[in-house]
Amino acid sequence: MNMRAPLARVRGHGSAKSGAHHWWAQRLSAIALVPLFLWFVASLTVIATADYATAAKWVGSPYNSALLILLIGALFYHAQLGMQVVFEDYISTPWLQVASIILVRFLALLLAVVAIVAVLRIAWGG
Amino acid sequence: MGNTDRPLSPHLQVYKPQLTAVLSILHRATGVFLSIGSLLLVCWLAALAKGPESYATVQGLLGSGIGRTLLLAWVFALFYHLCNGMRHLFWDMGLGFDMDTVYASGRFVVVVAITLTLITFAMAYAIRGGLL
Repeated sequence: MNMRAPLARVRGHGSAKSGAHHWWAQRLSAIALVPLFLWFVASLTVIATADYATAAKWVGSPYNSALLILLIGALFYHAQLGMQVVFEDYISTPWLQVASIILVRFLALLLAVVAIVAVLRIAWGG
Repeated sequence: MGNTDRPLSPHLQVYKPQLTAVLSILHRATGVFLSIGSLLLVCWLAALAKGPESYATVQGLLGSGIGRTLLLAWVFALFYHLCNGMRHLFWDMGLGFDMDTVYASGRFVVVVAITLTLITFAMAYAIRGGLL
């Protein structure tokens, strides 16, 4: 007796062994964002009205720029994972759903890179 | 099967709004709002990297009435999403699922989010004479 399921029957139904990845990545980025955003909002109360030189000095300091880059990475990763779930739940047209997910992924990456490059330019006085 | 005219669940319009459901959809709504709002952070950093003139322009926009209102909404959305996200993390550990606790933690999250928003703005006004 052959215990192996015919490929035609299992294709599209079986476990790809990655079902929990999205869930786990969303939680991991959420946990990282808790301290990062508490730090960021607390800093914002001081820095938000600062003049150009003070703001640039704050962003450019080694600890702040490192934390900002971590925050930007975790933020856009988490946002993209969250938007994906929203699209999967509310967009029922398959091609539009996939197109939206692809678009939001590219957009998140683009914005993250722009923000990180900006932080590095400020830090290194570009 | 075959009857395509049946109403589909969750059939929202027949339900009385409940705290649990409202907070659940608010978590998504604030998540989407914060995702869009992250553009603010990118603009602010990009302007700062570009130079004093573009920084002054962005600061001017953020300091306008609309800018301040958006920032207030953004800070509240952030604190709500952060606090309710931690409520989700407790659920992920299998804690706090009985109805009384679900309602109590829901009310707690709303109170903490509002309190943290007020503290943030009080601090901003005390330190610099206003958040933007």
